[in-house]
Amino acid sequence: MNGVGFAKGMWVTLRHFLETYVDDVRYGFRKYAPDLDNFETRQGVDAQGAFTVQYPDEKVAVPERFRFVPFLVVENYDHEERPGKDWCTSCGICAKVCPPQCIWIVRSNDPETGRPVPEPEAFFIDIDICMNCGFCAEFCPFDAIKMDHDYELASYDRTTNHIFDKDKLSKEFRYWNTIAPTRAVEEAEARGGWEHKDVQKEARRGGSTRDKKADAARAEKREAVRARKEAAAAPKAEAPAAEAAPAKEEPAAEAPWNDDEEQKRKRREAALRRKAARAAKRAEDGDS
Amino acid sequence: MVDMTIPEEQVVTGTIEDAIDKLKQRFPKDVSDDDRQGYSGVIISSDKLQEAARYIKDELGFDYLSNATAVDYLGEGVHSEDHLEMVYHAFRTTGGSALVFKAQTDRTNATLPSVTPVWRGADFQEREAYDLMGIKFEGHPNLQRILLWEGFNGYPLRKDWKEAYYEEDHKPFGSRWPAGHVHRAEEKSVFGKNVNYPADIDLSRLNDVSESTMYKAFGMGVDTEHVVDHNGVQTDQLIVNMGPHHPSTHGVFRMIMEIDGETVTKLEPVMGYLHRNHEKIGERNTFLHNIPFTDRLDYISSMGNNHGYVMAVEQLLALGAKYNPPTYRAEVIRVLMVELTRIVNHLWAIGFWLNDLGAFFTPVLYFVQERERILDFFEATAGSRMMCNYMRFGGVFADIPERIHSVSNLINDRVRDFDTMKFLTEMINERIPRSIDEVDEYLTQNDIVQARGMGVGYLSRENAIDYSAAGPVLRGSGVAYDVRKSDPYSIYPELDFDMVVETEGDMYARYLVRLGEMRESLRILKQLLPRLEYTHGESVTENNSAYSSKVPIGEAYGRVENGKGELGFYVVSAGDKRAAANPWRYHVRAPSFINLTPLGLMSTGGKVADVVAILGSIDIVLGETDR
Ligand code: SF4
Ligand code: SF4
Repeated sequence: MNGVGFAKGMWVTLRHFLETYVDDVRYGFRKYAPDLDNFETRQGVDAQGAFTVQYPDEKVAVPERFRFVPFLVVENYDHEERPGKDWCTSCGICAKVCPPQCIWIVRSNDPETGRPVPEPEAFFIDIDICMNCGFCAEFCPFDAIKMDHDYELASYDRTTNHIFDKDKLSKEFRYWNTIAPTRAVEEAEARGGWEHKDVQKEARRGGSTRDKKADAARAEKREAVRARKEAAAAPKAEAPAAEAAPAKEEPAAEAPWNDDEEQKRKRREAALRRKAARAAKRAEDGDS
Repeated sequence: MVDMTIPEEQVVTGTIEDAIDKLKQRFPKDVSDDDRQGYSGVIISSDKLQEAARYIKDELGFDYLSNATAVDYLGEGVHSEDHLEMVYHAFRTTGGSALVFKAQTDRTNATLPSVTPVWRGADFQEREAYDLMGIKFEGHPNLQRILLWEGFNGYPLRKDWKEAYYEEDHKPFGSRWPAGHVHRAEEKSVFGKNVNYPADIDLSRLNDVSESTMYKAFGMGVDTEHVVDHNGVQTDQLIVNMGPHHPSTHGVFRMIMEIDGETVTKLEPVMGYLHRNHEKIGERNTFLHNIPFTDRLDYISSMGNNHGYVMAVEQLLALGAKYNPPTYRAEVIRVLMVELTRIVNHLWAIGFWLNDLGAFFTPVLYFVQERERILDFFEATAGSRMMCNYMRFGGVFADIPERIHSVSNLINDRVRDFDTMKFLTEMINERIPRSIDEVDEYLTQNDIVQARGMGVGYLSRENAIDYSAAGPVLRGSGVAYDVRKSDPYSIYPELDFDMVVETEGDMYARYLVRLGEMRESLRILKQLLPRLEYTHGESVTENNSAYSSKVPIGEAYGRVENGKGELGFYVVSAGDKRAAANPWRYHVRAPSFINLTPLGLMSTGGKVADVVAILGSIDIVLGETDR
């Protein structure tokens, strides 16, 4: 019959339009108030009508396996033995499996022997080229590179900001544990403990003297590199130094990774300073 | 469902071996077995190619030429002599596997007879081989470049052609590790930042030909003075370009139309605006690298793309020693993903077709609601909503998670937290059927849909086969051909579902096919739920830990029925010592591309406004068309 199909079609639109208001009345118009519970009401399973998410004020949470540009896992900054140490051993597998070849790694060499040392001297990811495929995280044998959940990476200048270096890529192990609790547990089970693979191996071996010597040599080298870096960064680092100290006392539950760039940098610097102090102390102890 | 009876005398059956024997008896001197290691089919000498092709089609019954592509065999260690080779995969529309035949030619003056007089479906594919490999086809009606522009320097798929950012023949590149001092590729490019050309660049090769040359090559050209008199209404003849920047072309796509008043008298599609030489990238890549790249072909159905590609490579891997085929659960999960993808694809296809009919975005947005659900599931399982990168050789990336969970640094965790099986069951048994019923109720009898869809964009059964149309376009023209049934793969043989066929061959028939196929997909999905339950706990990640799989020498053609039609991957592994992990040839038989071959035919005689809808009813994605 002419016109019936047409009217039926229009009814769908009208129904959705009305449902929005019915739902509004049902929740007494509260559902638009900027509150978490209201967001859940609007996004929940039995919501009707308009269900728009007001990005960026509101965000839909992402699932655990969600993948965006990867980050590098480093030891927690308050770790007893190896604060801020890279989990990456610069084995190069991620650089090989990366389909668009956007990972660049400089392997460290022992300054004395010239032999490779299992940590990266530099690590870059060109996030413009990264296709977020997740292969690097999937095939890394040390659980050292993981896919991030932070998708807000836009910046004003792609030519200067979009090659992420090691500093920018590194995030604490704790962070991975928070964004992907299930996976982190599974991986820890596969590794045989929460610690990095190598730490566990060492613990099992009991740590030979040779290792200790190598450790000391490495610590020295680290110190040298840091001293150089600090000298270069000195004028910049001066100002925030005063406020940086309390950052340490922040409870972990505060989700520090939600901080803005400035705070992140401060925390990183504070951690580096602590690390430097400890390494220097260790080196001194070794000398005497 | 329509009973498709084909006159007895036309049905030719028999195995592929029989067919090959007959072919060899008929052409004893010109047909020989392809006895290279890991290869199959026959090699036909080029001067008898057309005759043999006709015999294959008419006498042996291989009426459907699915795939035709070229391979460049160059360099020592690959094959005895350097040559170019055309590979054809022909099928019977009654079902069965492929008759593979090849023809070879030398690289310097590469010429082969065209098979377009036998199968019109070879038209665009031969133009592509001409464009990218430089093989000239004698007797082709319109041999022009198709993806690149006329005047492009060289044939990019040849093995000795190098791209602007060329680093090495094969990934992984040595510059990334252990001394990976980063640079941005564009800084090394001779074109710099693409604004200043260095002095020694020969700009003449960047010259474009004028449009009129193109029109002439398409056999178009109008006399502007000429006025046609239609019973007193006088009309001018015009050439109208629709696109590339036209909202209705679903991407950057162009149609050149010769029109007489409002009536289209001739139409030629022009494409390639999104061309990125996917296949060349694929040959630089390792086999593994290609999986996420296939996502970017038909980005609406990345799961289906993954499936086709991993199936092709699995065929090759199965020739070698160390390889475990996917477990049963892995197959179930694959089919689950692919069928959900089909529903997403058809919802989009119908939605955008309605856009083209003037129901601007209202229906699409309601379809998106269902699509969002499915994508939520994809995201929770594969990690991404559209670029799923989910399947691996011999399995899938990971099992489906216990819960569709939103654990993250954001606070609104509780909004999307469901038990996965419950979520799937509810979605498959209630939500999707409900919305498909809604589509049916509101649209199938809709006056506008019927008035605009019925009898428009007609493609006859014979032409559909001849033009190698695939998917809903083929089945909408009354050809009962669905790769899932006709050349079954994965666990489809044990699943109970019907092929949806409509005989009218118009846009409305294609709409009905899509609607029916969504229902059939639901039937399949319902059968998968119990299978998921009882295979619970089985491993799905058999061969995943190997990041560089050595793929044995040989060729393989993996084909799946994707939402848009038959998606095929032709993969050759040369087993080269230098790069056994990189495909020698990687070709995509893209349904979006080949389904455009009959676009001109369907549009001729229609109105300009119908052309938009006809394109919508074919359902293309430019990521796949242009590759
Ligand atoms: S695969 Fe892992 S350990 Fe190896 S280089 Fe990459 S991040 Fe480092
Ligand atoms: S996510 Fe993929 S593209 Fe991005 S760095 Fe990792 S391997 Fe490379």
